[in-house]
Amino acid sequence: MEAILLQILNGLDKGSAYALIALGLTLIFGTLGVVNFAHGALFMIGAFCAVTVQKVLTLSKITLDPTKTDFLGNPAQIKTPYVESWFGPDIGAALIDWSVPLAILFAIPIMLLIGVIMERGLIKHFYRRPHADQILVTFGLAIVLQELIKHYFGANQIATPAPDAFRGSFDFGAMLGMDPNVVIYPYWRLVYFAFAAVIIGAVFAFLQFTTFGMVVRAGMADRETVGLLGINIDKRFTIMFGLAAAVAGMAGVMYAPINSPNYHIGMDFLVLSFVVVVVGGMGSLPGAVLAGFLLGILESFASMNEIKSIIPGIDQIIIYLAAIIILLTRPRGLMGRKGVMEE
Amino acid sequence: MSKLLTRRGLLKSGAVGGAGLALPTIFTASSASAFTNEPTGGTVTLGFNVPQSGPYADEGADELRAYELAVEHLNGEGDGGMLNTFSSKALGGNGIMGKKVAYVTGDTQTKSDAARASAKSMIEKDGAIMITGGSSSGVAVAVQGLCQEAGVIFMAGLTHSNDTTGKDKKANGFRHFFNAYMSAAALAPVLEKLYGSDRAAYHLTADYTWGWTQQESIQAATEALGWTTVNNVLTPLAATDFSSYIAPVLNSGADVLVLNHYGGNMVNSLTNAVQFGLREKQVNGKNFEIVVPLYSELMAKGAGQNIKGIVGSQNWDWKLSDEGTAAFVKSFGTKYGFPPSQAAQTCYAQTLLYADAVERAGSFNPCAVGEALAGFEFDGLGNGKTLYRADDHQCFKDVLVVKGAEDPQDEFHLVEIVEVTPVDQVTYDPEHPMFAGGALGECNPGA
Repeated sequence: MEAILLQILNGLDKGSAYALIALGLTLIFGTLGVVNFAHGALFMIGAFCAVTVQKVLTLSKITLDPTKTDFLGNPAQIKTPYVESWFGPDIGAALIDWSVPLAILFAIPIMLLIGVIMERGLIKHFYRRPHADQILVTFGLAIVLQELIKHYFGANQIATPAPDAFRGSFDFGAMLGMDPNVVIYPYWRLVYFAFAAVIIGAVFAFLQFTTFGMVVRAGMADRETVGLLGINIDKRFTIMFGLAAAVAGMAGVMYAPINSPNYHIGMDFLVLSFVVVVVGGMGSLPGAVLAGFLLGILESFASMNEIKSIIPGIDQIIIYLAAIIILLTRPRGLMGRKGVMEE
Repeated sequence: MSKLLTRRGLLKSGAVGGAGLALPTIFTASSASAFTNEPTGGTVTLGFNVPQSGPYADEGADELRAYELAVEHLNGEGDGGMLNTFSSKALGGNGIMGKKVAYVTGDTQTKSDAARASAKSMIEKDGAIMITGGSSSGVAVAVQGLCQEAGVIFMAGLTHSNDTTGKDKKANGFRHFFNAYMSAAALAPVLEKLYGSDRAAYHLTADYTWGWTQQESIQAATEALGWTTVNNVLTPLAATDFSSYIAPVLNSGADVLVLNHYGGNMVNSLTNAVQFGLREKQVNGKNFEIVVPLYSELMAKGAGQNIKGIVGSQNWDWKLSDEGTAAFVKSFGTKYGFPPSQAAQTCYAQTLLYADAVERAGSFNPCAVGEALAGFEFDGLGNGKTLYRADDHQCFKDVLVVKGAEDPQDEFHLVEIVEVTPVDQVTYDPEHPMFAGGALGECNPGA
C-alpha cells in the first residue's frame, strides 16, 4: 500500500512535467498545425533562466584576503555577492536563496519573446510545408539551441537548489495515519505539482473565459471561417506560440531544483512528451494533461522492484507499451478529435 | 597468350588484388616501415581522443588541457611540470627521441562507434603513433580493441571498469587510472570505521559495463566486512529522474544506499536521494548513509550541497602534498586559472609515461614501447610509487578515499581527502575472478 502511494506521488511530479510540455506542444499543434520538435529546448531554456538568475544574483565583488591563500599560494579571493553589499547580508542571502522562484518573473517575458521570435522568424515559413519538413527544421533548431547553451554554460549539470524553506521532505504517510517515515515526499516536488496544476488551470481558464481564448478556440476549429470574419487569427496564433513557450519555460524553471539542469534536459523530455500528445489525442488539451499524468504514474509503477522482477526492463518500455495499447483500442488517442491529422 | 592469361586466372588475380586494396591500410604494413605510422620526419604525432561533445565534454576539455600542457613540457616549453619530479630522467625536454611532439584531436562523443571512428581517422589520416584519452569504460574498451588491431599503443584516459584491464585487456593497451576493485578495496575499511560492520546496503547501479563491475566490487568488499546486500537495482543509463528507484529504498530495511553511478546519473540520483530525506532518516537504529564509490570533482559541482559528507574514492586529487602534484598543479593552475581534475592528471601522466617509455626503449615500435612500460616502476607523477604491472598493464598505486566537504572554502574545495589507502591494500592477483576471462595476447606492431 505504502509503495503504491509513493509511486502515485512520484508519478504526479513526472506527469506534471510531461503534462506542461505536452500542453504547449498541443497548443502549438492545435493552433498552427506545426509539429514543434524544439519544444523540449524551450523547457531547457527555461531551466537555464533559473541558472542565469542564480548566476546574476551571486555575481560578486572580489577582495583579497592576505591571511588565506588560494590553490597556487596567492592571497585568497573573497567573494561577496553584490546583492549582499547593496541590500544587506540578510536580504541579499534571501534573494539568492529564492533565485528559482524569482526566475519565473524573468522567464515569462524572455520565453514569450523567444516564442514570438521563433514563430515569426522561422516557423511561419513552414506552415504549409509537410509535417516532415516541420519536424526537421524544429529538430535542427533544438540542436542549435542546445549547443548554444552548452557553449555558454558547459556540458555538466549546474546545481540550482530550491529555497531552504522547501528543502527536505514531508511525511505524507504520517498525515494519513500510517507509520512515520514510510511515505515521505520532497516538498519541492509537491510545489512543482501544485505549480503545474495552477498553470494548467490558468491556460484552460484563459482559453475558456476570455474573448481572446474564444477566438483562438474558434480558429483551432475552423481557421478559414474566423479569418473571413475579419479577425487577424495569425497574430493571435503567434501570441499562442509565445504562451506555449512561456509554459514550457516556466515548467523548466521550476524543474531545475528537482534535477540539476544541463544542456540535454529538454531532449530527455521531448520524445516522451510527443508520446503523451499522441496518446492524449492530437490537438486535445485535456487529453494532453490526462495522458501526461497517466503515463507519468505508469512509468513510476513500472520502476517498482516487484514489477521489474516479473518483467525485467519494463521501466524502459512501459510508456511505449501503453501508447501501443491505447492507440490500438482508441486510434485517435484518449480524447482525440475527429479530423485532426486525418485525410 | 591464352595459356599465360586465362579468364579464370584474370578473375582470381583481380579478386586477390581487389581484396588487398580494400583492406584498410592500418591493418597492413608498409614495406618501408617496421610498424604502423613509424615517424620519419622531425615530428611525431600523438592522437588525443577525448569527449569534445556530449555529456562529458567538460571532462574532455580538462583532459585536452592536460595533454596540451604535457606536449608543451615534452617540447621543452613552460616550466616542465612533472618532468622535473618524474623519477625517470630519460626525457630531456627535446621532444621524444629528438622529434618535436605534435598532436591531433578526436571527439569520442562518449560513444563507442564515434570514438573508434575518430581514433581510426587519427591513425590512418594523421599518422598518430599513439592514441590516448576518453571518459568512459565502454569507449576505452572499444578504442583499445581498435588500437590493438591497428598496431598502435593505447594509453587509456578515465576508465574505471574492471574489464578494461580484466577480460578486455590488450597487449597494446595501458591504464594509469584506478579501477572499481581498487575503489571498493580502499573504501571498505573506511566505511567500516565510519559506519560499522553491521549494515544493510541497497545498490542502484548504472546498467552497463562500468556499473556492473563497480557494483560487484563494492558488494564483495562490503559483504566481507559483514554488511548484507538488501537489493541491487539496475537503472537505465539514460535515466534522468531516479525518484521511482529511490522511493522503494525507504521501506527496504536498508540503512546504506550505494550509488554505482557516474556523471549525470550520479548527480541526479544523489540529488533525488537527498531530496527524499534519506540522509535524515534513522533505520535499524542508525543514521542512513549514502556512498558514491567513484567521485569526480567536476560532477561534485553539479550535485551542489548534496555532496556534503558523502564518501567515495578518487584516483588523485590536486590537494595532495607530494612534489609531483605540487608541480603539476602549479603548471596547470598558472596556465588555466583553476586546479586540474583527476582526469587531467591521469591524461598528463599517461603522455609522459608513453614518451618516457619510447626514450627508454629507443624506439617508437609499439612492441618495444610496451615492453618498456610493462613492469615499469616510477614515482613523482602525483600518485607516489607506482607499478605498471606486466600481467595486465594496470597501474598499481595508492587510492584516495574522499568525502564531500561540509564547509567548502571555495568552488575548488568541494572534496576533502579522508585517507590515502596504501597500494598494498588495493593490489589483487592477476587471476582474480573479477578480472578473469581475457588475455593480453601478443603485442601488435602493425607489421
